[in-house]
Amino acid sequence: MAKTVTQYFDDLRDTRVWRSIFRSGTGTSTLHRSLAIQQNVFLHLFSTKVRRRMVSVGATWYLGTLTLGTFLILVITGILLMLYYHPSVPQAYADAKDLQFVVSSGLFLRNLHRWSAHAMVFLVFAHMFKVFYRGAYRPPREFNWVIGVILLLITLLLSYTGYLLPWDQLAFWAITVGSNIASAVPLLGNRIHFLLLGGNSVNANALLRFYVLHCMILPLTAIFFIAIHFWRIRKDGGLYAHPSEPATLRARAAAVGKEAQ
Amino acid sequence: MADEKHPPESAADLNRRAFFVKLGLGSLSIAAAGTAVFAYQFLSPNVLYEPSPTINAGNPESYPVDSVTLDVNSGIYIIHAKEGFFSLSAVCTHLGCLTAWKPDLGIIACPCHGSRFQQNGQKIEGPAPKPLPWKRMWVNDDGDLMVDRSTDIRPLQFVRV
Repeated sequence: MAKTVTQYFDDLRDTRVWRSIFRSGTGTSTLHRSLAIQQNVFLHLFSTKVRRRMVSVGATWYLGTLTLGTFLILVITGILLMLYYHPSVPQAYADAKDLQFVVSSGLFLRNLHRWSAHAMVFLVFAHMFKVFYRGAYRPPREFNWVIGVILLLITLLLSYTGYLLPWDQLAFWAITVGSNIASAVPLLGNRIHFLLLGGNSVNANALLRFYVLHCMILPLTAIFFIAIHFWRIRKDGGLYAHPSEPATLRARAAAVGKEAQ
Repeated sequence: MADEKHPPESAADLNRRAFFVKLGLGSLSIAAAGTAVFAYQFLSPNVLYEPSPTINAGNPESYPVDSVTLDVNSGIYIIHAKEGFFSLSAVCTHLGCLTAWKPDLGIIACPCHGSRFQQNGQKIEGPAPKPLPWKRMWVNDDGDLMVDRSTDIRPLQFVRV
């Protein structure tokens, strides 16, 4: 009898190399499946078990997952854009134009980066509204809401720092206005303004500082807090389910059942 | 006797431990404060490659009477009024946008948030909190108008050539 694909996969999972990487090994028992989650550095952030209705579309609309998706798109397209962009006053604007008109797929990557950035801001807000109106921010999840607010601020700062990099008139005046808002902080305002721009006006130092913030400091900070955010979902008792939802779902299932008869 | 087998830890021992804990935390605090100072100093550039605040605005005769001339690169107006010459900052006191002279209205207007100023810098309306400052102006040995952008002066100090 010919082997099925599943059997080939099981054989692969039984090889010594596979077992050296994924310790859980073959088997479909609850223990094996739990171990597969627990022993993977990425998956261990998540719960080993989840109720089916909590991963249904209606529970979360997958807004958090979609936000992560846009973030990953932004990281990948951003790294590719970095290969052609020089953060210097004579070259920044020309490089942005080269990406549009000269580099193969440059226009696609630049637009994908820009639209994903817009989408990420929208999705972060949508995710927060969904969490808020479902009451999923309440104890024991209140600290994860705080982490979420920090991630919102990082998202906005990423948008703001990325805004300067094309080095066009819109970018220049937007950052001039934005950094002057920072100097309205009592007492420390002018120092913050000076440190942010690395000078008294939006110039070469400001461009380089915003580039480093946009490409290194803020993304690394975001990844750090995203990891805590996911891990806290598991530690705070898994994805949130509203107490009234099982009844609602039973009623809906009963209604569907009646229609079917 | 229980007291002989387990004598209470002497006050000297406790004090020694507490002393080292304090010493360690104190050293860490000093190191943290030093790091903060170091970071602040590192992030503040000591040398700036920015344009000079002093501007040579050229021959006074190139500015006719009742004219307002914007120097876009240096962000100042050279104004030749009937009373004499003066220089205004062209940078809006609200959030730093570059203002523009509107000859048909006879006012200075900011394109960003709608602040409007008179020809002498006085605020007419808008979110700007302060009037446009007057800048120090003088005539150098060659007879050229000079402006120091870093020095504000009281209004209505005209330069007569």
